[in-house]
Amino acid sequence: MKLVVASGKGGTGKTTVSVNLAVSLGKCTLVDCDVEEPNDALFLGDPRHLEDVTVLVPEFDLEKCTLCGECAEFCRYKAIATIPPKLLYFDELCHSCGGCAIICPVDAVSEKPKMIGEVRTMSVGDIDFYDGRLSIGEPAASPVIRRLNAVDYEGLAIYDSPPGTACPVLETLKRADFALLVTEPTPFGLNDLKLAVDVVRAMDIPIGVVINRDGIGDSGVEDYCAEDGIEIMMRIPEDRRIAELYSEGRAFADVLDGYGDMFRGLMARIEAVVR
Amino acid sequence: MRQLLMLSGKGGTGKTTLTAAFASLADSPVLADCDVDAADLHLLLQPDVKERMGFRGMELAVKDLSRCIDCGICRDSCRYDSIDENNNIIEEMCEGCAVCTIVCPEGAMRMEPRISGDAYLSVTRLGPMSHAKLFTAEEASGKLVAMVRKNASDLAESWGRDLIIIDGPPGIGCPVIASIAGVNQVCVVTEPTVSGAHDLSRVIELCRHFGVPACVVINRCDINAGKADEIAAWCDENDVEVVGRVPYDTAATASMIAQETLIEHDDAVLAPKVREVWGRLEELAYGR
Repeated sequence: MKLVVASGKGGTGKTTVSVNLAVSLGKCTLVDCDVEEPNDALFLGDPRHLEDVTVLVPEFDLEKCTLCGECAEFCRYKAIATIPPKLLYFDELCHSCGGCAIICPVDAVSEKPKMIGEVRTMSVGDIDFYDGRLSIGEPAASPVIRRLNAVDYEGLAIYDSPPGTACPVLETLKRADFALLVTEPTPFGLNDLKLAVDVVRAMDIPIGVVINRDGIGDSGVEDYCAEDGIEIMMRIPEDRRIAELYSEGRAFADVLDGYGDMFRGLMARIEAVVR
Repeated sequence: MRQLLMLSGKGGTGKTTLTAAFASLADSPVLADCDVDAADLHLLLQPDVKERMGFRGMELAVKDLSRCIDCGICRDSCRYDSIDENNNIIEEMCEGCAVCTIVCPEGAMRMEPRISGDAYLSVTRLGPMSHAKLFTAEEASGKLVAMVRKNASDLAESWGRDLIIIDGPPGIGCPVIASIAGVNQVCVVTEPTVSGAHDLSRVIELCRHFGVPACVVINRCDINAGKADEIAAWCDENDVEVVGRVPYDTAATASMIAQETLIEHDDAVLAPKVREVWGRLEELAYGR
């Protein structure tokens, strides 16, 4: 089963839920897809480099190039411009579609790999852990997530999603069996939860909600979930001890009494829904 | 015209809450919300929308069913996995590159424009505001960020204002890079946690990469005072100014529920601290 932990709003507790769920279950695969700002490993250990993630970018043979401008005209991302006697290529605008190499009438464009990030891995007890790290200055997170989507696992894989509702989140949600949406009971939490629900529903994935920092705000999230028929599967109370353990990079499920059972109960409920 | 961008790397550190508070304190600002896929600033500022503009994102590939021979060449050529096993287009994955239109031997693929969101020009009690909404499961958030910024510049021009305060997206990827280009100052809002510190270091590196000066606010600094000191020491070593520390207080959530900025909420603990931070940040934003 592929379980995605997502949220819309950042900082609601995706990492907290993903890590503590994995620690409580003991045996599973945990994949951190927030490749712009991966944090799960900070709670678990020191992963090793597994492989580079590359995308293909064009290389221009200026001997062959006739400056006809067909590649520049084709490129939807304006990454190429031909201003005779020059061909200009803007690396940061390239989306690696490969179109320029196909369209060139004189075969002057080839493609070469460019490193945009890495995948790391480690074993923590019976948890198989993977994360991706986008290199600083690279705009496109999705190719790194695409690589993480190809991770082999047996049984359960927990995918910790990036925040938001744009391309990296869609990539993470691909082929998910269940989406667990973590929110906080505030107007910002509610607004962004609704956005996340829209995205997940558009992809036909079953949903459950976890309310984190329960008690800090208002009843907006509860009311919305009740009206919309979304199950609130777990509430994590506002607790200074949890915030302090989080700040030190420690999972609380195996430190504070009762939470391990709560997370195992959460997983049992998700399994029941998916079946 | 000067542009101040609020970033954080990690989400949920208090970017929007502080952006709104600074908007209350700034002298005649223009506001822009560049967190286009999960915008929240409008919840505090309740903008009165004066103009709505459709946002044309990337085009969308469309298949002519009568011509398709199911050869699968388009699927093999698509780098975004946006064509499924039955050679149907998965719209939310299509990045509009048009490669399928040139590889299809039957000419069955064409590109059509799509409206991927709305951009708004609005008025709030604190000044004019540029914001947007990316539609569900759409691409091209970087391009929409560019549109929000262009609209903000136009507003500054027409209202004769010289400071734009931008609420940025989390992360370091495409929408952040679109937000950072050409701003005068970045203010990174962090929190004293291992995640906050880790994500801060990546955002600072990104600012260096693009040659934009950055300073730091440590929010909820008393959640872990030791970690806050570590972050301040790291900033010191890396020549990044810490413009202030703001403690944790339930007033932050209370003001959000009241749809007020921290300053308007007239809180005894947070408002004076935030004023102090703004005093220094304003100098940096204006390059004084």
